[in-house]
Amino acid sequence: MRAARLFLPAAVLLTLAILWEVVVWGLEVPKWIVPSPSAIWQAFWEMRALLGVHVAQTMLEVAIGIGIAVTAGVSVAAAINFSPLLQRAIYPLLVISQTVPILALAPLLIIWFGFGIAPKVIVVTLFCFFPIAVNTSDGLTSTEPELIDLFRSMGATWLQIWRKVRLPAALPYFFSGLKIAATYSVTGAIVGEWVGAKQGLGIYMLRSSAAFKTAQVFSAIVITSLLSIMLFLAVFALERGMMPWHFDER
Amino acid sequence: MTLLAVESLSKTFSSGSRRGTRGEVEAVVDLTFRVEEGEFLTIIGPSGCGKSTLLRLLAGLVQPDSGQVILQGQPLPDPSDRQGRFGFMPQRDTLLPWRTVLENVILGVELAGGSRDTAREEARQLLPLFGLDGFENNWPSTLSGGMRQRAALLRTFLAGYDILLLDEPFGALDALTRRMLQQWLLGVRTRFSKTILFITHDVDEALLLGDRMLVFSPRPGRITAELKIDLPHPRDENTILIPEFLALKRNALAHLKL
Repeated sequence: MRAARLFLPAAVLLTLAILWEVVVWGLEVPKWIVPSPSAIWQAFWEMRALLGVHVAQTMLEVAIGIGIAVTAGVSVAAAINFSPLLQRAIYPLLVISQTVPILALAPLLIIWFGFGIAPKVIVVTLFCFFPIAVNTSDGLTSTEPELIDLFRSMGATWLQIWRKVRLPAALPYFFSGLKIAATYSVTGAIVGEWVGAKQGLGIYMLRSSAAFKTAQVFSAIVITSLLSIMLFLAVFALERGMMPWHFDER
Repeated sequence: MTLLAVESLSKTFSSGSRRGTRGEVEAVVDLTFRVEEGEFLTIIGPSGCGKSTLLRLLAGLVQPDSGQVILQGQPLPDPSDRQGRFGFMPQRDTLLPWRTVLENVILGVELAGGSRDTAREEARQLLPLFGLDGFENNWPSTLSGGMRQRAALLRTFLAGYDILLLDEPFGALDALTRRMLQQWLLGVRTRFSKTILFITHDVDEALLLGDRMLVFSPRPGRITAELKIDLPHPRDENTILIPEFLALKRNALAHLKL
């Protein structure tokens, strides 16, 4: 049944690719303006060893960035739910922080942190932190008061209430945030690399573009998409594993 | 023997200062009553009359403005004294969706720091009586409304409190399921020596299940009448048709001014 659901979009995608191939070939579009799908595949295959190195670098930045964003996001969410004062102080700032263009911050991060991995990780963290923090915070607020009353009437400690009610109740919200963050994260790493890097898919795109190797740029774009999809699916699998009750209903 | 004594309990809620009007809502006024050990006391009254507030006061979720709660001769002045002393079952369905039936029903023992394995064993033995045999590993969302309430009741029973506070446990169920659960509860009750405070807005239910009935006035809630329900045991679905029952019901309705 799942295979059947994938069939239609896959068929549309394949049709578009064939159409693209035919048009580029028929109109004799130069390869450096728009490469055909087969040329993109060829560019990928020729550069696969080097691409592996760049992908590894980008994914390392993504992994560290998401890790920090999850830790910080959940901590901030817990803190603002713990104290109404912190909530009033921090929540509006969280929203305002989203209006700061991260793209414009990236060059500054290079000035402050150099050309190493740090500024890229920071950009990924900035992209991922907000959806995780806000969703988890909403999840913690959404705990049904009846459940908390029940626990209090049973003499539960606040630690028991957090561990056994509030955190599990917030899990679905946390995963909604994490799914959004996962799809942003690879793009975030590439934005970080554009500004200055030695390795990574972003710098590979820039160099290829500067050399008019358009097919290489396209292959890197496709890889970026695939990596984002893979991350999304990984989060989805984790969600299913951690919240079986959410999926086994029917 | 008197298990619970409630003495002139009053509670007024201040509903904040919305648009300058400081509203104060008197929820319950001067409630005084006693509950004997092993007694099934039903409390009836119109909705919004403070019945639920009474249970929340007893369970230690709300602090009264005046009056006191005395359990087994011991006053329990602070909310923390009362928390963990009553088996409170809130009105709304409160099974944890992320726990299986079995893990839900042992919650009380778990929170009290008791042995989970012993609790699971005890729960497994009681599952058939509560009509949950074979459902121990189900998620609550896969159960019917009646089964969920029975699971919540089993959780309250298993927690090991002497006195249970049940807030309209069958209120959200359809009429037929409700009838079935009333019969079932009559049967279960003979097996356990629990003292029960049972809130309902259904006169038939209050009379069928209870040994004694308190009638609450509309808000603010006061006790306007107390009826002894001396119907013979065992009671069943035909009890609500016998003349003694109808006489009691007429009396109760008169007190409720219906």
